[in-house]
Amino acid sequence: MIIGTISEGIVIDHIPAGKAMQIYDYLQLDQLDCEVAIIKNASSSKLGKKDILKIGKVIDLNLDLLGYIDPHITVNIIHNAERAEKFHPQLPQTLKGVLRCKNPRCISSIEQELPQVFRLADKEKGTYRCIYCDTRAEEK
Amino acid sequence: MKDLIDIRQLSREEIQELITTALDIIDHPADYAHLCEGKKLATLFYEPSTRTRLSFESAMLELGGSIIGFSEANSSSAAKGESVADTARTVECFADIIAMRHPKEGAPYVASTAVQIPVINAGDGGHFHPTQTLTDMITIAREKGRMDHMVIGCCGDLKFGRTVHSLIAAMSRYEGCSFVLISPEELRVPESVREDILESQHIPYKEVRSLEEAMPQLDILYMTRVQRERFFNEADYVRLKDSYILTPEKLRTAKKDLTILHPLPRVNEISTAVDSDPRAAYFRQVKNGKYIRMALILKLLHITKA
Repeated sequence: MIIGTISEGIVIDHIPAGKAMQIYDYLQLDQLDCEVAIIKNASSSKLGKKDILKIGKVIDLNLDLLGYIDPHITVNIIHNAERAEKFHPQLPQTLKGVLRCKNPRCISSIEQELPQVFRLADKEKGTYRCIYCDTRAEEK
Repeated sequence: MKDLIDIRQLSREEIQELITTALDIIDHPADYAHLCEGKKLATLFYEPSTRTRLSFESAMLELGGSIIGFSEANSSSAAKGESVADTARTVECFADIIAMRHPKEGAPYVASTAVQIPVINAGDGGHFHPTQTLTDMITIAREKGRMDHMVIGCCGDLKFGRTVHSLIAAMSRYEGCSFVLISPEELRVPESVREDILESQHIPYKEVRSLEEAMPQLDILYMTRVQRERFFNEADYVRLKDSYILTPEKLRTAKKDLTILHPLPRVNEISTAVDSDPRAAYFRQVKNGKYIRMALILKLLHITKA
């Protein structure tokens, strides 16, 4: 399958296979009016299989979210059909407004307008816990 | 430190400082009797409590301060749907320090982020109860004369037993302390405590099902109640409530200098026949709680003895 290159935009590469739609939803890419390509199960020498997202314009990305999904994801900024920038998102110290605490005893389950915030509890394992009740975030 | 939400906010040195102050209060109560004159403690208790609320209120009164507050959610604006943050902001207009108990985990933390005055977590759901831990620690210090090199047995509801979680967090920082966690499978210590506190610091611990088997090695036995209010399912509560009951017979193999602690209230998990055993320290523990809360109030209000 051939998906054309883009001259302006963002290529999110090395997404773990099966996670592209999750990122698509989290980043609300359905709201964009530009071309967006979702490539699933592309072959990868590093990962075996990977997903790729191609976005036809440069947008503000939620890098915390990408880092949370997998800090090995590669973000390529494309300008004039060339790669202008390439970087990996960092594993964020806190994650705000992305996950919901599933603990029914957590204050965030009843308090109005309380932001859902998770903190990085274990960097090696990439474990996040709710800042209010310490409940671990569900598997990514 | 503005607030006390989690016992891990306190260093070993700060805990020792609180215990030292509390012991000085016990020896010289008159020196402390007027230190909080003109100050108000608000006790915001969204769920029932006898010991903790009265202990906080007694502590403030014995420091010469006064108290306001409520002892159940129905008698506050929470019944009208007011948020914890808004209640805290309102109370801040009237009081100098807040002690909050709430059935939802993290509620005192939310209050602490909303106000400038100190907030003390007086128990948040099955999460933390740091002043009970300070009470436990001053009792261990008084009964044992040391804080290190002890085998600490925690028995009963270790899943929802917030006092156990805080005690493990605090005592795991002392050299040579290990834990024997005695509970039914359904009420095991949560993985957040096992992974983030015990395993991450390489603290020796084992999980067992039999109290009798664990008894001979224990220096401290921390009994807990299986709490009806933590269960969504009454059938689960009924099935597990009598899992572990301490009796004089079970203490036959215990060390002569064992210290038996319990955060109270008890239902039937310690037979009243154990009360006369000199190793039963749980009522002395209650009294210690008032003194350590006095020390904590002074610390958070930055008040020192002249």
